Amino acid sequence: MSQAPTREVARRVFAREFNDASHTFKESEDERAPVYLLLPTGERANRVFLVGTLTEKEDVGEGDEYWRGRIVDPTGTFFVYAGQYQPDAASTLRELEPPAYVAVVGKPRTYETDDGSVNVSVRPESITAVDATTRDRWVAETATRTLERVGAFDDEGDEYARMAREEYDLAVDEYREVALAALEGLDESDELNGDGDGAPAEH
Amino acid sequence: MTDLHTHAEDIVAQFSDHLDLGVDEVEERLDNLVNEYRVPVDEARRSVVNSYLDEADLDRDALGGGGGNAAVGLAEIDQDEQWIDVTAKVVELWEARSDSVAQVGLLGDETGTTKFVAFETSDLPELADGAVYRLENLVTDEYQGNFSVKLNRTTTITEVDEEIEVGDDAETVEGALVDIQSGSGLIKRCPEDDCTRVLQNGRCSEHGDVEGEFDLRIKGVLDDGGAVHEVIFDREATEALTGTTLEEAKDMAMDALDTTVVAEEMRADTLGRYYRVSGPQFGRYVLVDDFERLSDPIDAEAALIEARSI
Repeated sequence: MSQAPTREVARRVFAREFNDASHTFKESEDERAPVYLLLPTGERANRVFLVGTLTEKEDVGEGDEYWRGRIVDPTGTFFVYAGQYQPDAASTLRELEPPAYVAVVGKPRTYETDDGSVNVSVRPESITAVDATTRDRWVAETATRTLERVGAFDDEGDEYARMAREEYDLAVDEYREVALAALEGLDESDELNGDGDGAPAEH
Repeated sequence: MTDLHTHAEDIVAQFSDHLDLGVDEVEERLDNLVNEYRVPVDEARRSVVNSYLDEADLDRDALGGGGGNAAVGLAEIDQDEQWIDVTAKVVELWEARSDSVAQVGLLGDETGTTKFVAFETSDLPELADGAVYRLENLVTDEYQGNFSVKLNRTTTITEVDEEIEVGDDAETVEGALVDIQSGSGLIKRCPEDDCTRVLQNGRCSEHGDVEGEFDLRIKGVLDDGGAVHEVIFDREATEALTGTTLEEAKDMAMDALDTTVVAEEMRADTLGRYYRVSGPQFGRYVLVDDFERLSDPIDAEAALIEARSI
């Protein structure tokens, strides 16, 4: 009974950092061993949880339905793809009318393009429509988790931070700036008493 | 070394029916092990007791009565096969599922609660629900990381006239609800007496094909980005969480000719939201007694001040 595999934690990562990731790895030879995406701030991610604004959706399938959704957070855009093997997520995408706040639980997927760069997307396990307070809570939580990772980045004992230093040539301080800016955006929309949708300035 | 002296007195008392020991002699042996050879007190005591057991040609079980085992809080038990003494209240008595079990239930003390089992072969007086007892010579037991205590032939049971405020060892966990697992929503349970197993395709793993009784539950996963917690909402908690009663769920399933629509609707209403739940930990699961949806607007300014300090 205690042999049941432990469930992978859903990491909290902003779109900016998620899209910068490209290195994937396994920790065992087993064919069915989980595949991890290495986050540039030094954490392994086999699952992510994200909340943002669905701004566009499109059925890009040829024949079978294959939905692509663009989900925007304060730092950039997540791409989510759902087809026949994700029937619940696909039907949610089919029915939702953008713009809408959505929460997504899913697995990171990487795809190498013809020019050799790596695209990262999310294969959803679930997509649900949520409200603005859930989205704000996610932004605050993700900022905190990101800052914690940046804070531990130079820790020699941290296996994944070490791996990130080896695999990537990225300035992690930038993720700290981005996380703080995301929180500042929340703070401002508070003051404006707005709806909390800090539209992305760039990505 | 009053501590060793006390242990020595205990040991002398334990062996009073069998050996004529002097407190000084025992204390000296303990002192030698503890202060000369740096053996931990518990281990020293065990070793000294073992040597006297040999001398008296006795089994450890035969000692009994003397008490003087470790005083460990029920919720703090973290070792298998440890002999302990407790003063505890019988919080719940459960139906024994096996003929070899005389009584099974929950004992509670100030630290919290733990399961207890008394076996038929031990031939012990029955414990009464709600009563407080001094129980000496219990043995701890571990199964899949969960601890319980076993009463045995040598256990002494003395009812005491005191009230115990049983501690609350409920777990509180929070996070986003990231999954609702299979076996959630509108389910059927086995109607046999004392069997509440959830049916799989109309079959109970113990009683075979049975006419099941409908129930509601959610087996969910809360995830805070650092750890996952599996939680179970029983019918009452599921109704409060989803706003759907058992009767309404049955109607929904009837209309759709499909029970899975219930879990589907529950997923749409709850996944991706943040919750805080509390309740007792049972195996891998927290059984939800109370829950709260974390829907208050967050204090962005406070979050920012905290974030800048990381």
